[in-house]
Amino acid sequence: MPEYEIVIGLETHIQLNTETKIFCACKADSWEEEPNTNICPVCSGLPGVLPVPNAAVAEKAVLLAQAMNAEVQTDSYFDRKNYFYPDLPKGYQITQYDQPIATGGYLDLPMGDYTRRVEIEKLHIEEDAGKTKKEGNRRFIDFNRCGVPLIEMVTGPNLRSADEAAEYLIRLRQLLRWLNISEANMEKAHLRADANVSIRLKGEDKLNTKTEIKNVNSIEAVRTAIQKEAKRQIKEVEDGNDIKPWTLDWDEDTEMLSKMRSKETEADYRHFKEPDLLKVHVDQAWQDRILKDFPELPLARRQRFVDEYQLPAYDADILTNERSLSDYFEQAVKAYDGDVKRVSNWMINDIQRMLNESGKMAGELKLKPEYLAEIIQLVDSKKVNNPTGKSLLDKVESTGKSPQEIVEAEGLGQVSDTGAIREIAQAIVDENPDQVEKYLGGKDGLIGWFVGQVMQKSQGKANPNMAREILLEIFSEK
Amino acid sequence: MSNFLETSLAELQTGLRNRDFSSRELTEFFLNRIDEKDGEIKAFLSLAPKKALKKAEEADKRFASGDENLPPLLGIPLAVKDVLAVEGLPATAGSKILEGFMPPYTSTAVSKLLDAGMIVLGKTNTDEFAMGSSTENSAYFTSRNPWDTSRVPGGSSGGSAASVASQMAPFALGTDTGGSVRQPAAFCGVTGLKPTYGRVSRYGLIAYGSSLDSVGVFGRSAADSAALFSVMAGKDPLDATSLDMPVPEINLNGSTNLKGMKIGVPKEYFVEGIQAAVEEKVREAIKQFESLGAEIIDVQLPHTQYAVPVYYLIAPAEASANLARFDGVRYGLRVENDDVIEMVKESRGAGFGEEVKRRIMLGTYALSSGYYDAYYGQAQKVRTLIQNDFLEVYKTVDMIAAPVAPTTAFKIGMHTDDPLAMYLEDVYTLPANLAGVPGLAFPVGFDQKNLPIGMQLMGRHFEEEKLFHAVHAYQNDTNWHTKSPKV
Ligand SMILES: [Zn+2]
Repeated sequence: MPEYEIVIGLETHIQLNTETKIFCACKADSWEEEPNTNICPVCSGLPGVLPVPNAAVAEKAVLLAQAMNAEVQTDSYFDRKNYFYPDLPKGYQITQYDQPIATGGYLDLPMGDYTRRVEIEKLHIEEDAGKTKKEGNRRFIDFNRCGVPLIEMVTGPNLRSADEAAEYLIRLRQLLRWLNISEANMEKAHLRADANVSIRLKGEDKLNTKTEIKNVNSIEAVRTAIQKEAKRQIKEVEDGNDIKPWTLDWDEDTEMLSKMRSKETEADYRHFKEPDLLKVHVDQAWQDRILKDFPELPLARRQRFVDEYQLPAYDADILTNERSLSDYFEQAVKAYDGDVKRVSNWMINDIQRMLNESGKMAGELKLKPEYLAEIIQLVDSKKVNNPTGKSLLDKVESTGKSPQEIVEAEGLGQVSDTGAIREIAQAIVDENPDQVEKYLGGKDGLIGWFVGQVMQKSQGKANPNMAREILLEIFSEK
Repeated sequence: MSNFLETSLAELQTGLRNRDFSSRELTEFFLNRIDEKDGEIKAFLSLAPKKALKKAEEADKRFASGDENLPPLLGIPLAVKDVLAVEGLPATAGSKILEGFMPPYTSTAVSKLLDAGMIVLGKTNTDEFAMGSSTENSAYFTSRNPWDTSRVPGGSSGGSAASVASQMAPFALGTDTGGSVRQPAAFCGVTGLKPTYGRVSRYGLIAYGSSLDSVGVFGRSAADSAALFSVMAGKDPLDATSLDMPVPEINLNGSTNLKGMKIGVPKEYFVEGIQAAVEEKVREAIKQFESLGAEIIDVQLPHTQYAVPVYYLIAPAEASANLARFDGVRYGLRVENDDVIEMVKESRGAGFGEEVKRRIMLGTYALSSGYYDAYYGQAQKVRTLIQNDFLEVYKTVDMIAAPVAPTTAFKIGMHTDDPLAMYLEDVYTLPANLAGVPGLAFPVGFDQKNLPIGMQLMGRHFEEEKLFHAVHAYQNDTNWHTKSPKV
């Protein structure tokens, strides 16, 4: 069997997390709202009313363009895309057609041992339409989603596997959240992805007939759907059949693709410039204001963590997954004097756990990064022992007090005074002659039990290493 | 009760302030006049007598309160073209598809006048969706020209023009997409302004051709119309295409001398097809401007001949999209059908009249792939040439003088079988819409049949004030604008 290659392009719709819709003052997000409760004359297409552009939409598009290495256009235009559908209230969608807000661009995907460059063919802003639900013979329309701001972003046919497609969506989602452009939740349709899939013999560079996969609502489903579709296409070709330009509908429950409609003729949308809106004018001054605090992007930061802090790629990946966590880590590192890997460990084990338990973002913790650094430092200098250090995390979080303050108030300072530890250790030995006998009889493992008893009696303040040494000393004297 | 026929705005304002008469008396007078005359003229599609009288009584209370800061147009009645939304009143746009539709909002132009104290008497007839030059395309009825009721009042704002000419309202609002204020003003012998595109908010105006639509005003004189214009004008946050230009408070006192003013006369507007009496009276008026001190200069607007084809591509193209929202889904007429696409088709089929369908088809065609470049795309290019004609001429003159329409009011039914002949009626008014410049139409005489003849001055963008000055000076010296038809 000849070797095939999959050719994939992704068409994404990104719901922006602005306060209001793109052309009216309705709330942008209607998740779980009753149908038709978040609408007004503008977004429900009453006659005579006019769209008023929301500047925040252009600002978020500029951020995304910058992140995708695209070129922001000083002047871009809105167009009307004309088609009839009951959930499209004006009978046209306001979108950008031939002069969009940004052109060009790419994203370099790290794929382990290679990098895949994904080109951006289209990046424009537009409004969403409503939702139609059919129940038997009846049709219900919810206009809440009308006028929700979207960015449509389309890649070139540059992806070569289902995994690459999934990785692209993972990285895109990460960027969107990193830049506060979108909640990017595929399950809530904040991020929608249609996949154009075709196959060809490895080594060829022509593009064969493609199919389009729609209605996939998770990244894992995109991966599975592409794999299945590529497999089907290979089988068709092997059997001597042609690939038809179908649109395929993904069924979440059965994980099956089914044919929606054939796409032999393109609809004529009769685009023309939207006369109700002026051009979108992003001059240099505005662009500078939007990009003033443009952050280091996750992939670049990930690389820097490896290069600058000598962190393993695994750690760097986790610590750049989400911006608040990543910024937190950097601040903790700044405040900490020692091996960065120590901070990384505490972040990945302890801070992650606290975030998972509380549902908070790292930036929302009362346990400031400086406090984390302080706690690690206390442990490093043996002022507190490791378990006390860990318990300090929750204490600082619940009180908001500094670790030092808590250590002093609660007398948590580690006991490194040999005399005090010896006194406790001696008492334990005296009180447990049976255990001592067993230990001396060769049950070496019991030393741990003795250390535990010392720790307990000292209310966790004893330095466990010192306790062990002192116990060994006492036993050797027996 | 007083007789308010032929009173000026200034007289009404003074009378109300001095409490020589009440707003209730004034409003009742016009409502009674509508009662008597509108059976014949058919200017109004709907009336709001109770609301109007209630507003009038509120106004009278304010006059009686001794308040020093009364709004400028308090207690003065107004008629509104039915393509402009007024909350709580029907808005049909002259179409069956919007029968019974009540907008839950008020157009900005109207709401500014309401804030200034005006009282809406009712909504006036229009060609369906403002598509027409005679009101014959209204889905309800054809309005009559008060000078000869066998003739059209012009259109599409024919109801508004007729209501002011027959003195059923002292003022009326209209809209002008291709001449729909100026042409009926000319046919009915009243003064009508089409402002600069972007000068008056289009919010609440049921759109026809969005890049051409403007909200204008009819009054009995330039002075009267100017007062309403300066209230309506200005940037509106609800209309992204309204422009933030200073709105002058227009003071016409002393504008009797036009020394230093340069008026251009384009030869392209005096060509074959123009009625002899129209040309004669317009040229007489131009002489009058000269005698008032203006310098008259021959100018050229070489692309004028393309205005009709360009307009009849651009306006229908925009209309084909603007009217797509009337689909029977959310409001307006619905013809039930289990298949939703059939429902949309049948509702539109039943709700739209012939001319509206014609323009939707024309516009859809002009935008279709494969035809876009040759039609819509080309029209946009020629539109720029027409705009440049104006900008070029405005380097040497302050304004342009021209007839409004080639003929005086025509007989009802005369053009109904020949849409093209009807389109050619707009030949002198379309260029100002395509260029976005303001135009002020006013009466300059009568033809042999005693039908009014109108003329227009077209100014630079945002220079409405100059137009008002010039026409005020003219009206100060002449009395054509004071003539009223015997109704
Ligand atoms: Zn809304």
